[in-house]
Amino acid sequence: MKRYNIDVAIIGGGAAGLAAAIEVKKAEFNPLIMERDLELGGILMQCIHNGFGLKEFKEELTGPEYAQRFINEINELDIPYKLDTMVIEITPDKKIYAVSKNEGLIEINSKAIILSMGCREKTRGAINVPGFRPSGIFTAGQAQRFVNIEGYLPGKTIVILGSGDIGMIMARRLTWEGCKVKAVVEIQPYVSGLLRNQVQCLEDYNIPLITSYTLTKIHGKDRLKGITISKVGRNFDQIIGTDRFIECDTLLLSVGLIPENELTRIAGAEISPMGGAVIDNNLETTIEGVFACGNVLQVHDLVDLVTAEAKRAGKNAVDYINERFGKTQKEQRKIRLNSGENVTYIKPDYVNFNELLKNLIINFRVKHPDRRIQIQLKDETNRIIYKLKKPYVIPSEMNELKINIGNLEINTECNELIIDVIPQPEPLID
Amino acid sequence: MSASEIYDIIIIGGGVIGCSIARALCKYDLKVCLLEKEADIAMGTTKANSGVVHAGYGAERKYIKRNLCIRGNKLYSKVAKELNFPFKRIGSFVVALETDQIKFLEEIRKKGIEDGIFNLELILDKEKIKELEPNITDEVVGVLHAPSAGIVSPYEMTFALAENAAINGVKFFRNQEVIKIDHSDYTFTVTTKKTEFKGENVINCAGLHAAKISKMLGLDYFDILLRKGEYVLFDRNIIQLNKILFPVPTKVSKGILVCPTFHGNAFAGPNAQNITDLEDTSTTTPGLKEVLEGGRLLVPDLPLRASIRNFAGLRAVSNTYDFIIDNTDIYGFINVAGIMSPGLTSCYAIAEKVIEFIELLGVQLKEKENYNPNREKPKRFTEFSKKELEKKIKEDPTWGRIICRCETISEKEILDAIRAPVGAITIDGVKFRCRPGMGRCQGGFCRPRVMEILSRELNLPYQAITKKGEDTNILVAKTKDLILKEIKKREIYNEKV
Repeated sequence: MKRYNIDVAIIGGGAAGLAAAIEVKKAEFNPLIMERDLELGGILMQCIHNGFGLKEFKEELTGPEYAQRFINEINELDIPYKLDTMVIEITPDKKIYAVSKNEGLIEINSKAIILSMGCREKTRGAINVPGFRPSGIFTAGQAQRFVNIEGYLPGKTIVILGSGDIGMIMARRLTWEGCKVKAVVEIQPYVSGLLRNQVQCLEDYNIPLITSYTLTKIHGKDRLKGITISKVGRNFDQIIGTDRFIECDTLLLSVGLIPENELTRIAGAEISPMGGAVIDNNLETTIEGVFACGNVLQVHDLVDLVTAEAKRAGKNAVDYINERFGKTQKEQRKIRLNSGENVTYIKPDYVNFNELLKNLIINFRVKHPDRRIQIQLKDETNRIIYKLKKPYVIPSEMNELKINIGNLEINTECNELIIDVIPQPEPLID
Repeated sequence: MSASEIYDIIIIGGGVIGCSIARALCKYDLKVCLLEKEADIAMGTTKANSGVVHAGYGAERKYIKRNLCIRGNKLYSKVAKELNFPFKRIGSFVVALETDQIKFLEEIRKKGIEDGIFNLELILDKEKIKELEPNITDEVVGVLHAPSAGIVSPYEMTFALAENAAINGVKFFRNQEVIKIDHSDYTFTVTTKKTEFKGENVINCAGLHAAKISKMLGLDYFDILLRKGEYVLFDRNIIQLNKILFPVPTKVSKGILVCPTFHGNAFAGPNAQNITDLEDTSTTTPGLKEVLEGGRLLVPDLPLRASIRNFAGLRAVSNTYDFIIDNTDIYGFINVAGIMSPGLTSCYAIAEKVIEFIELLGVQLKEKENYNPNREKPKRFTEFSKKELEKKIKEDPTWGRIICRCETISEKEILDAIRAPVGAITIDGVKFRCRPGMGRCQGGFCRPRVMEILSRELNLPYQAITKKGEDTNILVAKTKDLILKEIKKREIYNEKV
């Protein structure tokens, strides 16, 4: 069995893995990327629409263009990578086992590991739709792969369930291919993807968006013949008598993404109930020296944000090797970060008060859309230590707070920090 | 396939019954073929049932299915050993939730022991019950424990039976829906949608379609009623069950059970609805609700969140409510119909009975010299140690290429499934043989790759690969095809104008 000794093992060669590897190499450490597909770039390679890179490059690029910039840099920096290679195990002592056709079983020993395996799409079973199980039902991403990579069309008349970004982008893509996209059906009263996709992919092509409706039946035994949708009430319960039949031969599901954390679990890292690994503000999981970034940690709205997070993971992995690897650890003081009013999701799970602490970056999502709000960070005694005003928040957009920790007056005895999103208090008039 | 060839025996139907009869016949020096309507064997009732091998106390004594079930259960151990399919005797509980049900359990226990079911045991000690099955409801007051009950993967077993029958000379023809049977001069001519087959004897194991097949020869002495059962399947490792859990049965059905599959997923189901549409394997919202509610009576912690799939299976219920296994008035035509639960358990006993009938018909049963009763267990990537894995990939590099990420299935396993005797020719065929697409992503990642391998191995265009046979294509056109067609239409129109 071949053995490799490297500094940082990077699992997954998509947007996150590439950026993390570059960061590690620039700090003059040796990374190694392991990618299970036949090429680098991950899911970006099938995203041939534009809109990538506005933050990272101040340019509008397609997915493959965006990936290629990183792949070029990987090649310039001579960063090693293994393609068609599947990691099958990470042991508690951080040994990695992978298999490939060419090399067979390999073992990788590293000082730090970066998890960047991305996410997968939710499927029909997870949402328990009754009806037949005909052909013609795809997840949006799978259909995207068939159209953009394999060069085939999944069907002619299409309905898209869920208004996630990939779903809306596929609505436009298939319209361009001459398919009839009959509707995008969303259970929420609002679109779940980005506003710009609603405008550019649906409204510009007159594709009907049907909100507050859900799929209630699938018709057709061999090939899909149509679907029934029904209006839902406040608690997403079906309202009787609101059934609508839509004839179609293809149904695309764009009902959400889940971080793909099988390896994280095998490695023994704690997984948060929200999906991704439990991390502190250094993106370090509950296993020392194992970092997580990109969509395997949390599903991001934009690839630019994945890149930014992956760069942090790369830097932090390097800092870890420089400052902590092989040394006895000081006792670390971790404060739990919790969601408060109108907050449904929050990362990191812990704030770590050790020497690595720099800017504190907090990502969160809100439960309900709201205008004129104030975001506040408080401790368990309700002492507000940070606040920020924003014109609006919506559930489909991830919010990011970047707080310079030096300016915060945190009671070092506190056990918990809480984020609230509340209406802006009216200014007092003297 | 030669049209002039005359078979000694033609089996109609490639479900678990047809295949176990084919396997029982393959040790004799006979020309046997099996015709299946679908693109693959095991795609009807065999694919979607509980996968429970019953102990045999369930049916009343007046039915032949009781003894066939008890006998069938005992035959499983030997066949499972020979054919290496997934089978485990994990034991079942009939769960009493009220004290007055205990008397009933005592009664079936007594009768069961009299009829030769081993080790039936009534457990009233709640602690002991909980120890044997920690997930069981706190409401339990007693259980009837049948240690000989087991779980099997019904389709994997059927594939194993077919493979073994095929290497012993049985010919399998798929995509052969029978539309007509003629009988003259002691020869049957079975016409399918594609061709015709001639044989001296015909065994009708057409499951849901058995009455239709029988009527093709004017034999209309029974009817097959359809009963639909819906199931909900849960993600692996969410809930680990030790035992098969039945409620105390009602007149209509065994009730909604909660049970582990051989591969570790728990499921709840089936409910029972009488239907008339032969094709209706759809699931319904109230049905799934009924299944979940029924399941929760036995295991309150069934997590809806962790359900990964729901499906429905149709059971063929005869109007006599019993199995129909007959040498009919037409010499050489045997009906094996109405094989509802416990048909899966009884299949080997049914095959034994059919062999007796065939002997009665005067067919010479001479054992083959080169009969091979064994079938090797398909090798699995996940079952190898690191050392074995290293060796295997060296021998055949396709072991080193993982196609299905969720279930960790290598290219080699998929190739084996396609290249096996009566191998996979559809995506579902691959999925049911070696599980790519059965996991959490339900084929999201691996489907294009499985299609690629099928297309390469079967020498078919990528676009021609189907989910489960005719009319179930995955892809409809190449990109640009539709738009080019549209442009052409417009050009012709413009020229005319």
